[in-house]
Amino acid sequence: MTVTELLSYDAALAAYDPVMGLEVHVELGTKTKMFCGCSTELGAEPNSQTCPTCLGLPGSLPVVNAIGVESAIKIGLALNCEIAEWCRFARKNYFYPDMPKNFQTSQYDEPIAFNGYLDVQLEDGEIFRVEIERAHMEEDTGKSTHVGGATGRIHGASHSLLDYNRAGIPLIEIVTKPIEGAGERAPEVAKAYVAELRELIKALGVSEARMDKGQMRCDVNLSLRPNGTEKFGTRSETKNVNSLRSVERAARFEIQRHAAVLSSGGTIVQETRHFHEEDGSTTSGRIKDNAEDYRYFPEPDLVPVAPAREWVEELRKGLPELPRVRRNRLREEWGVSEHDMQSILNAGAVEPIVATIEAGADAAAARKWWMGELARNANEQGVALDELPVTPAQVARVAALVAAGDLNDKLARQVIEGVLAGEGDPDAVVEKRGLKVVSDEGALGAAVDEAIAGNAAIADKIRGGKVQAVGALVGAVMKTTRGQADAARVKELILEKLGVSEG
Amino acid sequence: MPGITREEVAHLARLARLELKSEELDHFAGQLDDIIGAVARVSEVADQDVPPTSHPLPLTNVMRADEVRPSLTPEQALSGAPAQEQQRFKVPQILGED
Amino acid sequence: MTDIIKLTAAEIAAKIASGELTAVEVTEAHLARIEAVDEKVHAFLHVDREGALAQARAVDAKRAAGEKLGPLAGVPLALKDIFTTEGIPTTVGSKILEGWIPPYDATLTKRLKAADVVILGKTNMDEFAMGSSTENSAYGPTGNPWDLTRIPGGSGGGSSAALASYEAPLAIGTDTGGSIRQPAAVTGTVGVKPTYGAVSRYGMVAFSSSLDQGGPCARTVLDAALLHEVIAGHDPLDSTSIDAPVPPVVEAARNGSVEGMRVGVVKQFSGEGYQAGVVQRFNESVELLKSLGAEIVELDCPSFDLALSAYYLIAPSECSSNLARFDAMRYGLRVGDDGTKSAEDVTALTREAGFGDEVKRRIILGTYALSSGYYDAYYGSAQKVRTLITRDFEKAFEQVDVIVSPTTPTTAFPIGERADDPMAMYLADLCTIPTNMAGNAAMSLPCGLAPEDGLPVGLQIIAPALKDDRLYKVGAAVEAAFVEKWGHPLLEEAPSL
Ligand SMILES: [Mg+2]
Ligand SMILES: [Zn+2]
Repeated sequence: MTVTELLSYDAALAAYDPVMGLEVHVELGTKTKMFCGCSTELGAEPNSQTCPTCLGLPGSLPVVNAIGVESAIKIGLALNCEIAEWCRFARKNYFYPDMPKNFQTSQYDEPIAFNGYLDVQLEDGEIFRVEIERAHMEEDTGKSTHVGGATGRIHGASHSLLDYNRAGIPLIEIVTKPIEGAGERAPEVAKAYVAELRELIKALGVSEARMDKGQMRCDVNLSLRPNGTEKFGTRSETKNVNSLRSVERAARFEIQRHAAVLSSGGTIVQETRHFHEEDGSTTSGRIKDNAEDYRYFPEPDLVPVAPAREWVEELRKGLPELPRVRRNRLREEWGVSEHDMQSILNAGAVEPIVATIEAGADAAAARKWWMGELARNANEQGVALDELPVTPAQVARVAALVAAGDLNDKLARQVIEGVLAGEGDPDAVVEKRGLKVVSDEGALGAAVDEAIAGNAAIADKIRGGKVQAVGALVGAVMKTTRGQADAARVKELILEKLGVSEG
Repeated sequence: MPGITREEVAHLARLARLELKSEELDHFAGQLDDIIGAVARVSEVADQDVPPTSHPLPLTNVMRADEVRPSLTPEQALSGAPAQEQQRFKVPQILGED
Repeated sequence: MTDIIKLTAAEIAAKIASGELTAVEVTEAHLARIEAVDEKVHAFLHVDREGALAQARAVDAKRAAGEKLGPLAGVPLALKDIFTTEGIPTTVGSKILEGWIPPYDATLTKRLKAADVVILGKTNMDEFAMGSSTENSAYGPTGNPWDLTRIPGGSGGGSSAALASYEAPLAIGTDTGGSIRQPAAVTGTVGVKPTYGAVSRYGMVAFSSSLDQGGPCARTVLDAALLHEVIAGHDPLDSTSIDAPVPPVVEAARNGSVEGMRVGVVKQFSGEGYQAGVVQRFNESVELLKSLGAEIVELDCPSFDLALSAYYLIAPSECSSNLARFDAMRYGLRVGDDGTKSAEDVTALTREAGFGDEVKRRIILGTYALSSGYYDAYYGSAQKVRTLITRDFEKAFEQVDVIVSPTTPTTAFPIGERADDPMAMYLADLCTIPTNMAGNAAMSLPCGLAPEDGLPVGLQIIAPALKDDRLYKVGAAVEAAFVEKWGHPLLEEAPSL
């Protein structure tokens, strides 16, 4: 890998204005493929979910998946797009072994949705409007495994193996208009846009939009122009950037790389680039010369799609609250700051917290558990919050036990630990581990007497007015009760017995 | 309308993945030039304000329910494969992007 | 034996239903005929002897068990090698699919099987249905039973020759620019291109998707109607399939009449390039229609003059994309895979070796017409011409019920005559192409022999979209009048093989 010259980010922005275009592909969560009835279930045996149509066998024909179209319209509406009254599929012709027909059934100059926008909220609460050029329907390709080269790379491979299970899975491609005016915040805008889009897709229920599973993939197109000029520079297209963080890093890297090339008098080559997760760099891919000619033409095997206006309006009525609006509403309901809300979002904790509140917990408790103990746990195990083996209902139950005084925080953490360890529901864990707060006043009284008797000097100090010394006695009581006492009650009892009042 | 040259035929053949022989290039260039010369008549209507017809029948909105239908078995899917390995289609090295 | 092979499909079905003949007897008679003459005719690429007999036995068993038989139960059929047949080779007349055995049946194949039709085998054709002579088959030409040194028409020359040589009473063709009708015309048989969307294209290897249409081929109008009814109907696997009842074609064929009908004659279907004997027989047919009570209306359809040009842009464009899948990766031929060449090179070498000249020519032409600088001038304009043709037809059908024309400007030409002159070859489809462009229905049926060469001439009848039954109503009347005039079906005059 050649070392790429970079300009410092500040120097780059001092001289140049970045213009971005983001192309996001979303794999829909339909049961079947876009043009045939094969299952889209992940993880099946190779080539077990193929048919004449998605294998491109001679004579086979496509038929459009109605839910694919419906999902495209929902996405278009949620992105404030106009929905085409009449549009067609087109064939994009190019040869590649992962594409069975050697054309991709896509849409060309008649996308189903166009001319929209998505408002995204940056970390400081500022709203940035990203204009949407279009959202169109197309199909995914098969999957190739490259054999015989180093580490499964295509380069140097002796041959490749193809599995067409993925071929034909519906994709929605969402293309922004050129994003101008973001300035130094361009990488942040890119990340916030993809994050917001992902939330939106999930809220619509049309896809799980898991970037780590390739269900959502982003191409970052970027160019620079000298500050104060209008004309766009030559762009690079960084392909398949597959995490939010990477989107931001790719944009940042390309800004610095372009700036280095331009400021040293060089020119940017229009090419695709590959992003490298390890160091956040990009490297050169395919040069986009003009030999590329996709020879688009209307797909004769599919008839036009003309969504009835009543249908579109019905879908519009069924749209969920926009994630950003909902987030702001929840933020107010929960009484948290913009910054905290952003952390909650980044942690993927919004839905778990909502569900925990719905299960009866109060907002503060729900937030405390998901953003504290559970977030830490998820982090350690490298899994998403919603992948932890604990349900919002279980978290709500723990919160209820704490609120009722049956558990203190320390015990509650142990209960959560037990639930995560698969020991059962919170009540079962409490039962099995014997984790009840000692609330029997008799037993507690005895423990307090014992602590006073065993620490006479400290007791005297307290009697003498050094109330803050009570902590040591409380600690002793907690020790004898193995932490199962309510510390506040213990303190009360000690002071009572010593005839001292607080403050 | 411009005629079609040998070089143009070679470029089209590359786009269409046809490894034409040199004599074929000459042969086709001549024939295609004749054919294109004849069919270029259609551009007489290029300026007419007429909508193009891509489908002979005015059908719209033909869609299927999102319901799984039986797929082929992997054996059937691979039955015509020139080569296979690990239940996958084995193809020559792909000159790819990286 | 000879008697059985001369029977019509309707007669065979009746005799099997009544027990006068068994399906096995009928099938064996046709297999014997194939064995006797097909070495000369070369109508078949693949004869499925065992499968046909098994199917025949199943029909006989069904009858013995008292089960209801379909209207064509036990009738043998020759299937154009463009429809997929599970377990039976399907080559489309191309080397690139030599030995390919599809893992699935075309919808049409399924329908034939469900109707207990006995599929004898797969018939020869121009490679990927591109041609008008069947000379473009990678497996050698088919002879015209009227004169084996002449072409049987194309692309469905195998199907038309199988009918004319009594190897099968029924056949299936596909018609993109005339590939059912032109072969029917030059072999003295009947062929129908139904309305686009009437017969499912699922499992029919695509040439030009917006033009291709499968249809029935037979020796009589009634037989064609019986077959039409079996193969037509909505198919959810084909998005362009018509979701409406099949027009009453059999009823129409049984009640032939032109009494009181207005019949159009289009100015553009005449002039230079039409053989004198063809024009003569056509004019006689018009007189015959008049005598049968039809009113003749002269029509002007100026856009038809551009039809051939538009066709030779649209069909190649679509085919360049449809045939891209033949890339040596998943099925079919693979050439040059020596472990060092790239997939791209292997694809290009395979396509070079696997496709014939006409296919390559059209792929390059289509690639050209769709490329970015030329799209509007060529493909875009051709699609506009298509609109104009549709409008001319609409206007015409406001004035007439059907249109008639010669099916093809000349009778069967000698094999080899036009082989290296693509433009001359393309002229064979002059009269048939407008119908494919507009998507409406048309039939060809025999209207006599050209005096100068004694070869069959076809009369084309064209009906509006979805009015396929009109073809049969008019066709049956014309056929009956001619047979009465000649004293026998035209095919009786063919030399015996
Ligand atoms: Mg795309
Ligand atoms: Zn499939």
